[in-house]
Amino acid sequence: MTGIHAKAASVRFEKVSKVYGRDVKAADSIDLEVAAGTLVTLLGPSGCGKTTTLRMIAGLELVSAGRIFIGDKDVTKLPATDRDVSMVFQSYALFPHMTVLENVSYGLKFSGFGKEEARQKAQAGLGLVGLKGYDSRLPSELSGGQQQRVAVARALVLEPQVLLFDEPLSNLDAKLRRRVREEIREIQQTLGLTVVYVTHDQEEALAVSDEIVVMRNAAIAQKGTPRELYEAPADAFVADFIGEANLIPVEIVTVEGDTATVRIADYSHRLPSRGLATGPAQLAVRPSRIRLLAGAGDGVAAVIDKATYVGSRFEYTVRAAFGTVFATAEDVAHPFGIGDAVTISFAASGPVLIPPDQS
Amino acid sequence: MRKATSESTSHPVLIFWIVVGWVGYVLLPWYGVEDFYSLEWLADGWPLDPDYGPAAVLITMGQKLWLAPMLLALVAPLAVMRRPKSDPVFARVLVVAGAFGFGWLVAQGLGIGLRGFAFGWLEALFGPLQDRQFGMGYGALLTVTAFLFLLTQGIAARGAVKGDVFVASAIGGVIAVVAIFVFFPIAKMLLAAFATEGGGYSVAGFFPKFIDGRIWGLGCLSGGRCGAAWNSLFLAVLVGVLTTLLGLAFALVLTRSGFRFKRSLRALTVLPIITPPFVIGLAIILLFGLSGAVTTTVASVLGLEATRWVYGMPGVLIAQTLAFTPIAFLVLIGVVEGVSPSMEEAAQTLRAGRWQIFRTVSLPLMRPGLANAFLLGFIESMADFGNPLVLGGNFDVLSTEIFFAIVGAQYDQSRAAILAVVLLGFTLGAFYLQRFWLGRKSYTTVTGKGDAGVHPAMPTGLALPVYGIVALWSGFTLVVYGMILYGSVVQLWGVDDTLTFKHYLTAFRIDWGENGLRWTGSAWDSFWTTVLIATIAAPPTAAIGLVTAYLLTRQDFAGKRGFEFGTMLSFAIPGTVIGVSYIMAFNVPPIEITGTGLILVISFVFRNMPVGVRAGIASMSQLDKSLDESSLTLGANSWQTFRAVILPLLRPAILAALVYSFVRAMTAISAVIFLVSARYDMATSYIIGRVENNDYGLAIAYSTALIFVMLAAVGLLQLLVGRTEIGRRTSHGEGH
Repeated sequence: MTGIHAKAASVRFEKVSKVYGRDVKAADSIDLEVAAGTLVTLLGPSGCGKTTTLRMIAGLELVSAGRIFIGDKDVTKLPATDRDVSMVFQSYALFPHMTVLENVSYGLKFSGFGKEEARQKAQAGLGLVGLKGYDSRLPSELSGGQQQRVAVARALVLEPQVLLFDEPLSNLDAKLRRRVREEIREIQQTLGLTVVYVTHDQEEALAVSDEIVVMRNAAIAQKGTPRELYEAPADAFVADFIGEANLIPVEIVTVEGDTATVRIADYSHRLPSRGLATGPAQLAVRPSRIRLLAGAGDGVAAVIDKATYVGSRFEYTVRAAFGTVFATAEDVAHPFGIGDAVTISFAASGPVLIPPDQS
Repeated sequence: MRKATSESTSHPVLIFWIVVGWVGYVLLPWYGVEDFYSLEWLADGWPLDPDYGPAAVLITMGQKLWLAPMLLALVAPLAVMRRPKSDPVFARVLVVAGAFGFGWLVAQGLGIGLRGFAFGWLEALFGPLQDRQFGMGYGALLTVTAFLFLLTQGIAARGAVKGDVFVASAIGGVIAVVAIFVFFPIAKMLLAAFATEGGGYSVAGFFPKFIDGRIWGLGCLSGGRCGAAWNSLFLAVLVGVLTTLLGLAFALVLTRSGFRFKRSLRALTVLPIITPPFVIGLAIILLFGLSGAVTTTVASVLGLEATRWVYGMPGVLIAQTLAFTPIAFLVLIGVVEGVSPSMEEAAQTLRAGRWQIFRTVSLPLMRPGLANAFLLGFIESMADFGNPLVLGGNFDVLSTEIFFAIVGAQYDQSRAAILAVVLLGFTLGAFYLQRFWLGRKSYTTVTGKGDAGVHPAMPTGLALPVYGIVALWSGFTLVVYGMILYGSVVQLWGVDDTLTFKHYLTAFRIDWGENGLRWTGSAWDSFWTTVLIATIAAPPTAAIGLVTAYLLTRQDFAGKRGFEFGTMLSFAIPGTVIGVSYIMAFNVPPIEITGTGLILVISFVFRNMPVGVRAGIASMSQLDKSLDESSLTLGANSWQTFRAVILPLLRPAILAALVYSFVRAMTAISAVIFLVSARYDMATSYIIGRVENNDYGLAIAYSTALIFVMLAAVGLLQLLVGRTEIGRRTSHGEGH
């Protein structure tokens, strides 16, 4: 049986820039390293340069400056045809005039495989994505999820050094999304593939990645494991983009070793200083890490502005002297009402200090 | 594991073109050979006969020594064949060799002609040349093509267009053929406008001819005759306005009324495609001519004397309006349908009345379509040759004046060139004005998102006159086509009304003789020539159109805007101008093809190329770009992608381009009339010849036969395209 094996290689960007026209920068001196056999997600709002970065790995865009390596090889000048990279497109881009099998064996045809070998490999690929027996269907006769899998199989069978995904789940409905992303992750881990994955959905990124690269304005804002990014965002942008965060202006009053004491109105809170000195800073707090207690107590006095029931929890907009914050509470049995006076405090772990707002 | 082509040291494409270059230089006759395909030249002294000799042989015999430097450009690529593509020496050698070879070949072709050096300064520089050369042949053709593609491969190796050989070669190829067969003849014609009788060129001689009273005279204002330029302009503006208004009326009935027979109305759009333009003129004569049905009836009823009123401006105007209204209709249907119904529905919910909506929303959004329809009507009228010839009388227009300047007793090339320059000036001016008028405003209302609304009906105050006009005009069109059919089976129009198939027999008689089938009808000759030439011209027309469309929609390269402008410009060049410029450019070396079938084929290819480009752009923009990209990331190169993904998906567009270029070649007259020869006579020019001999019966019978042949071709297309539609993409989401 012809199997599918990985030939995973690393990807390295050295000061890569891409300029469209005269001065539209889509990538600004990006340094990036994707280790072989890992799944790295490029995450960011639309227009941040993540898709351009992906297309530069594929060779669909050539860089304006800098160098790209796949494995140890400099591929900067190679066009897409000559790079050992496959890509799964957002629209899947299945060839509508070819059957499923013809689609999957399309790339094998150009890689020097014999007819029979190509057919066996293609069928192994279809088996891997659970589409055995769909060989002679046309793409138009498949559901969206099945089309997506054909696109994955078509890219997989070439055993590329790097496999690219461009927002592969955006055309699927919400329920299917969770399943397909788990399947992608599973195939990646069993075969040990190097995968670069573009998405604008932070939850998707957290769920599938070994490492996430958050991009903003054509540059890398922060990279790290999902946990690092969620629990220790480098700045306000990352904190807000990965999981919602309340950004509360605070004053660092003392720093002792690694621990800082911050003051918000009359309330003080101790937490890791993360290298910040005394002075103004921001506190990033996830909505679930905000404690709301009825009446006055140890914390910041506030008033409930809005209360929304969303099934599994209550969502509150709370107004305090420093501004409004967004908080959630699991306790749906005893909700607060609008206008109730509450006290805000923070969970022991979770809130993190980030540098003050630059602007 | 994929192997990068930039590192491989085998270049099959390069080797192919090197071989082609050598075959052209060493094996095939360098100069043009009559009846090349009879291969008689092989037995007739080749390769040593100087007429049939390949370049290499001629040089070794000490003749045509100016062909020798090209040998360098053929040898140089051999030296780098084993180097990788990424080696800078590889690219540099190919660029230099290709450019030098191409440049030298073109320069020697233009510089040395039938009488030695073609330019005085060359003779002054090198002294008189005792030798001369004729038009280039297949040897030169292969060699020059090889040089061109060596150059483009070198340019691709230097990293242009992502190092893509196919794209670089396609761009180079299209630029080269458009330059040779569109811009070179036009330039030659411009030059001829400045030619003096002594063979020199003079700006001083140009102006007296240019401001000639027969071109610019305004005598008609005071009861005399006007110059051809004013006549043409006045006629073209009138025809443009009338066809646009009529076309709009038809389009409104089709999209904004409850009219029930919309399908038959749509059939009207097929008419101009299948009807040779001057046929309408013939029908007008049958109706309104001296012995026309209407004229004689009116004369006998009112007791007036029948007149020749229709000959001149009125007749030409009626005929052209009839002939070109369907073209305006075709353009306007798309535009009127394209106005998003939700715009009109939004206006309705904002409390605008139906008339207000039409005036403030619908009509302004149709503006680009109206401008387009007017431009087409204007250019078609300017370029129309058949109707003014048949119906013009004393009403001179530019296109017929050009014709008479060339074929008439006056044979005045420079006058023809000047008239053609004026004609070209008008159409290019209209083209430019249209762009200027539309400016940069975006009128796109079709967003690609589903638009479930319906167009509101026309306001009543508008609907009634529109219905009236449409009914009248449809009736008139039916009568005209009825007259054509009826006229073809009448003994002698206006004199002897007995029904007969005589004309068809004269034209299309087939006898069964001793040697089997004999095509004895007088029309068969030109008929088969036309079919043959139209068939040969169709594939290259479709191919160059689709490749151009592919480059315009799918590729980015330096100078793309200029490339686009150049190809769009050929939309605005009237056939008459193409015809005149072709005989001026291709009657002398280096390209000497007048009187051959080849010149007809080439003129059709470049006349109809815009049709292929349009069809290609329209259907290629329906294909998601990610299809190409996914093919590329799967390891196919751009040529393999073009062949395996794009072409199969464009099958309906290819078929359409093939059939339309075939049909247009069958009905064309304006360029053809200059290029036909005794041996290669075309159906349309044969018919015009019959008309000039007052042999209307035969002319009309032949025209009717042509209309049916082309109806069959278009019908066949509908059938085939209807079948292939199944394979088109159906269930893809919208990519962004």
